[in-house]
Amino acid sequence: MLVYVARRIVLAVGVVVGVVIVTFAVAHLVPGNPAATWAGPHASAAQIARATHFLGLDRPLPVQIGSYLAGVVTGNWGVSIHTHRPVLSDIATAAPASLEVVITALLIAIAVGVPLGLRSARRRGRPADHAIRAGSILGVSMPIFWMALILQLVFAQRLKLLPAAGEFSQGLLFTHPLAKVTGFPVIDALLAGNWPMLGSTLVHLILPAVVVAAYPAGLIARMVRAQVLDSIGETHILNARALGFGERQVFGRFAMKLAWTPVAAAVALVFGYSLVNTFLVESIFDWPGLGSYAAASISTLDTPAILGVTLFVAVAYVIANLVVDVVQAGIDPRIRLG
Amino acid sequence: MTAPGSVTPPETVRGRLAIAGLDISFGSRRVVAIDELRMERAEIVGLAGESGSGKSMTTLAILGLAHTVGATVSGSIKLDGQELTGLEQATLREIRGSRIAAIFQSPQAAFSPVYRVGSVMTKALRLHGAAKPEAAERAVEALRQVLLSPDLMRRYPSQLSGGQLQRVAIALALALRAEILLADEPTSALDVTVQAEVLDLLRDLRETSGMSILFISHDLAVVAELCDRVAVMRQGLIVEQGQASQVLSAPASPYTSELLDSVPKLAGAP
Amino acid sequence: MIESPIMTPRQVAVPRGGAFWRGLRANPLLMVGGALVLLIVLVAIFAPVLAPHPSDAGTATHAFDVLKPPSAAHLFGTDQVGRDIFSRVLFGARVSPVIAVVVIAIACAVGVPLGVAAGFLGGWIDELIMRVTDVFLAFPPLLLALALAAVLPASLTSVTIAIAVAWWPWYTRLIRGQAASVAGRPYVEACRALGVSRLRIIVRHILPNSVTPLLVQVSLDVGGVILTASALSFLGLGAQDPIPDWGLMVADGQNYFTPDWWLVTFPGLAILLTAFAFNLLGDGLRDVLDPKRSFLP
Repeated sequence: MLVYVARRIVLAVGVVVGVVIVTFAVAHLVPGNPAATWAGPHASAAQIARATHFLGLDRPLPVQIGSYLAGVVTGNWGVSIHTHRPVLSDIATAAPASLEVVITALLIAIAVGVPLGLRSARRRGRPADHAIRAGSILGVSMPIFWMALILQLVFAQRLKLLPAAGEFSQGLLFTHPLAKVTGFPVIDALLAGNWPMLGSTLVHLILPAVVVAAYPAGLIARMVRAQVLDSIGETHILNARALGFGERQVFGRFAMKLAWTPVAAAVALVFGYSLVNTFLVESIFDWPGLGSYAAASISTLDTPAILGVTLFVAVAYVIANLVVDVVQAGIDPRIRLG
Repeated sequence: MTAPGSVTPPETVRGRLAIAGLDISFGSRRVVAIDELRMERAEIVGLAGESGSGKSMTTLAILGLAHTVGATVSGSIKLDGQELTGLEQATLREIRGSRIAAIFQSPQAAFSPVYRVGSVMTKALRLHGAAKPEAAERAVEALRQVLLSPDLMRRYPSQLSGGQLQRVAIALALALRAEILLADEPTSALDVTVQAEVLDLLRDLRETSGMSILFISHDLAVVAELCDRVAVMRQGLIVEQGQASQVLSAPASPYTSELLDSVPKLAGAP
Repeated sequence: MIESPIMTPRQVAVPRGGAFWRGLRANPLLMVGGALVLLIVLVAIFAPVLAPHPSDAGTATHAFDVLKPPSAAHLFGTDQVGRDIFSRVLFGARVSPVIAVVVIAIACAVGVPLGVAAGFLGGWIDELIMRVTDVFLAFPPLLLALALAAVLPASLTSVTIAIAVAWWPWYTRLIRGQAASVAGRPYVEACRALGVSRLRIIVRHILPNSVTPLLVQVSLDVGGVILTASALSFLGLGAQDPIPDWGLMVADGQNYFTPDWWLVTFPGLAILLTAFAFNLLGDGLRDVLDPKRSFLP
């Protein structure tokens, strides 16, 4: 098991290095002169020249890449040209908000997708199956920005059931200020026992998380259905029935246990996808996450910031895949033994 | 050979299976039509025939699982006088495993690859009413009876050989105290030497626990070696039935003769 | 050129003749998906005829009809410069599917040869290509496309190129698997031993075997590309006014959303329906064509 994990980690590191190089290349397609932006709109030529040297932009490209790589490992992800703050600290401030949404969305997706997929498999060919399948495909086909707008309109504006935007009610900041510990509003509120704030953060989380959960939920439901039906004809299922296990156990335990592996893989795959989706809806929900940060960076041509965000997402994706691979090997012995 | 039309008086001995007028169909297509088939206590009955003759479907029908492949069953299957066809699934589930057990051709396929074999055993035992510690004990005891080390319980199916897995399957039937064992081609996928061990084990089962065994196989040589009585199936019908020694040395049906002729014989064997 | 004398089992799983139509009828997904896709294609082709105000899909503006709710005259209402939304939505059917087709064509043109090379030639070529592919696969497609589209001038062309660059690795990986498995088969080794050229083996054996999974993947991808393209347009990185791109229409309509809900609802519904149709079709095709997917009746 340890060998397997070690192997995967080495592979992951290799991929991350490649990611950095590619991101670097893309970021350098950005037109405009970063040094000029750094120096400000009224900078003289001499000031721009000094800025160029200060930012290390006059060094040969491979050297720049090399020093960036070294910096990445040591925690120096460059300085944002726009905010003049270290990119890593900007990301650390903005990331938790996005991660909150993604993780909640994935939990919702699993909680909804797995039972529905299982039910769809058990009632195969019947109306419930067709309805769930249609629903899953609908979830996967949903334009996320549109769904966000529509849900916001219906639930926030028309029905007034849910808040329209923001991480929590701004008014609460005065009466029940939130002490920042982890950066995740929900966790911070929980840790502080700040119940009104906890309620507010949870309620505000509902719309964004549900919107982002649509795609993974549909994907998971389809995957569970396919996996369960694939295995249902096999001898070990017949054996389970022959031993006296009821259909619920046969589907829910034996067939389903085999399905967790691909579901876990799907969750990893969809983690990166959902993170980017979250970025899309952040402007709609006034959510102060990486998406808003990335949007600002793009509009100001803030190369280090763009680099940082892309790198962060790719690395998070690689880590998510790694974690899932390890978990999979834990669930399914064939992976680590074979 | 039991004369057609005769009625055997009911006995209080357990483990007697009586099949009468069994029809298994897929829609309008009938695949099995058995007039009569019986198993007594502590008896090994062979069900011989080529692939596709309906042997496996018969097993499914006895277990009450024919509907899972889309087949319908009519006729009578009686376990100790109790009619099984038409019973509710809930009642059948109690019977499956604890009174009628089954082992299959491919032992690797019969065990779920993601569960340890011991886990499957204890789960099945607890399903049929054993408490947790009792289930573990019975599993261990049964494994010893089939000459396997209880350490094997912690292994996954992929870590065990075909022969070992088949013995685990038999151990499970023992632990569950099944009265009837349906063995669907249990040795066909095993090496000849391992085959002999499993056959010995089946004979032991008959001796020590009085299990009735329905031994399904296309291999007449094995059937001849193991079974007390034999029924030959062809295209869903039983063409001949009787004492193994008689049927296999002096077959009444031409089909049985054909099957016997196709069995390769070692030079010098009788 | 020596003709390969060994009969090769063509494992293309397309059922022939009667079996195909029976499979088709038994598969409601495919039927409904296919019908919807056909409908969308027809709408795209006949948009000029079907639209009540075809010029609204272009540069026409009507100052007196601004922001009218849906009515008999304007089925989907009018937008902020008075254009008929129904007409614009119909013309929008010409935009998204075309982008999808072009993107997938480019992605295949790049990805398939690379995949064949990697799978068939093996060795260091395989390693090199697959490492590069892995790196590209580490990016969620939308992110990569986003990054690229952000640095390119905003236009449909940029969006197309950006998405194609993000999408090709998936085809490379798919085809590599196919090519590698075919390349390992005994009859291919026999062909090589007989001196049959590599190119011939690729064309006659590897490519036909890859058609089915490729077809399935393509039909499933169309929906995804349409969603990605509309997301990029929503962000302003793609089509610009007055092109009736659905994503752009949703973005424009955002500002008027609260009272005037129709500007956003209908274009978005069109995106949903189109992606849904292609996904249904893709799923149905997979059910029919994929030999591994044979469930019990």
